[in-house]
Amino acid sequence: MNDRPLVLNDPQTQSFQVSRATLVDPEILEMERRRVFDTCWIYVGHESEVRAPGDFRTRTVCGRPVIFCRDSGNALRVFLNTCRHRGAMVCRETEGNAKVHTCFYHGWSYDRDGRLDGVPGEKDYPPSFRKADFPLMEPPRVESYRGLVFLSFDPRAVPLAEYLAGAKEYIDLVIDQSPSGQMEVIQGTQDYEIRANWKLLVENSFDDYHLLTTHSTWLDYLRNAGVKMQRPDREHLLPSHGVGKPLGNGHATTDNVNFRGRPVAKWIPVYGEAARPEIERIRSELVARLGEARAARVADTNRNLIVFPNLLLADGSSVTIRTFYPIAPDRMRVRAWALGPKEETASARAIRLDAFLTFYGPGGLATPDDVEALEAVQSGVAATYREVPWSVMSRGMAKTGDQLNSDELHLRTFWLQWDKLMRTGRD
Amino acid sequence: MKKRPAEAARITRADVEEFLFHEAALLDDWRLDDWLALLTGDARYEVPSNDRPDADSASTLFTIADDIDRIRGRVTRLKDRNAHAESPRSRTRRMISNVRIVGRNARELSVEANFVVYRFRRDASIREYVGRYRYVLRAERGALKIARRQAVLDAMELGSMGLVSFIL
Repeated sequence: MNDRPLVLNDPQTQSFQVSRATLVDPEILEMERRRVFDTCWIYVGHESEVRAPGDFRTRTVCGRPVIFCRDSGNALRVFLNTCRHRGAMVCRETEGNAKVHTCFYHGWSYDRDGRLDGVPGEKDYPPSFRKADFPLMEPPRVESYRGLVFLSFDPRAVPLAEYLAGAKEYIDLVIDQSPSGQMEVIQGTQDYEIRANWKLLVENSFDDYHLLTTHSTWLDYLRNAGVKMQRPDREHLLPSHGVGKPLGNGHATTDNVNFRGRPVAKWIPVYGEAARPEIERIRSELVARLGEARAARVADTNRNLIVFPNLLLADGSSVTIRTFYPIAPDRMRVRAWALGPKEETASARAIRLDAFLTFYGPGGLATPDDVEALEAVQSGVAATYREVPWSVMSRGMAKTGDQLNSDELHLRTFWLQWDKLMRTGRD
Repeated sequence: MKKRPAEAARITRADVEEFLFHEAALLDDWRLDDWLALLTGDARYEVPSNDRPDADSASTLFTIADDIDRIRGRVTRLKDRNAHAESPRSRTRRMISNVRIVGRNARELSVEANFVVYRFRRDASIREYVGRYRYVLRAERGALKIARRQAVLDAMELGSMGLVSFIL
């Protein structure tokens, strides 16, 4: 498998092609689990989801069941959710607060710091048995950046801040929307499957080339509500100027002039006249705190940021954190949350959530058509990839300077990093 | 539709059942404009997130939380052949049961009912949506209208149901 090229990048002829086997082949999936997911920093959750000692959330991260929690000193911890005795999942609740986690099978219990605390009939173990040898195991690395918590299964991974590279600037543009620099995950999880390869969602999450054709009904919805849209010039396919930009280590983003409205802080008619003063108040706070130029940067541009390999921060119609992981070559599980400033008023929060649902999620007016597109690709390539082996990804390659958001530089950025890890990685 | 008694107080469970069965038939037949005509001018349609079935959409992320304007926008979209997730359209079949009037005042009834909605797409396995409806029905000019319609799914996550791209 190693001798078969999966990404063909030829700057000379300005050709870039991706092998469709990467979307179908189970061997490639096994290899990317080890070489991509297990060597990178993978998003676990947001610090606001667990607030006090003992708070926990259980979820699957990087394919492993984990307990994401606060320990007795209120530090963020991640434990592998498997009992050291026989392996049963120790915690089977989705969320809560616990002094101890007790495995119901034989009753082994662990304290908030993951230490093995209680072993029924402990005296019947031989003298060599020591409870201290059996704490809940942790991934080798857990670090956070501005409230976003990541893990890595690679003990030799570079520090998270270094890994994030240029993505930090764009994360900052999201977090700076909060007056205190503290965003919080709003309750309510969108948790759904897509019958397509996970990498198709990476592409789709920041591919703006598909906007006009895939989302024409969403654009019509905005137009019918009174939102003004005009193409800036003949170079552009889209209603406003925007670029695609690599950020290092496979991360990339779109960086667009906003036309779609933003809870922080650009009113559009979809929000309703009653919401206008609230949005203007948020805008004033932003200007007072950050200055005119930085406030405009935060509020009048929007961005879809991919943190390699499987985290999207979509800061568009609202802010969403979306992460996804392959269940099979042709199937992924997606989880998405809304993120908002901690100090947001109840009315501003309602506007944010309403704006979110105009576009995003399995019941939104746009995301379902993305899902349909991905499933159409998967259905198209699954049985034809031998006869039709390559997908074309060369938009913008002949350009010098900025590449538009409807070009494919940012998509190629993802694929080049993916290819590098697949070729050089360890299993 | 035949005339209904003007006062919510005189409406029976049989009246409500007939109304809900009629609504289900309209939705299964994709007669979306006729369905819109069943809604009040201030109607809401909501599908809560699976992990917060009892929450308020003003403070919780839902799957769907439409006011009447977005319901109309949703219907406009669904009638457009560029609503790709429903083009070609899903076939759906709704089973409505366990209909109960759980509260009433002079104008409005609170109604709950169980549902199973089967959704069929070409070359795809059946997707089953199981849960309960919470309705607020209003007697308006002698007819029942839907003022609030909440579809609460029982599944812990949307999972293999995937999308709620049709009117659930």
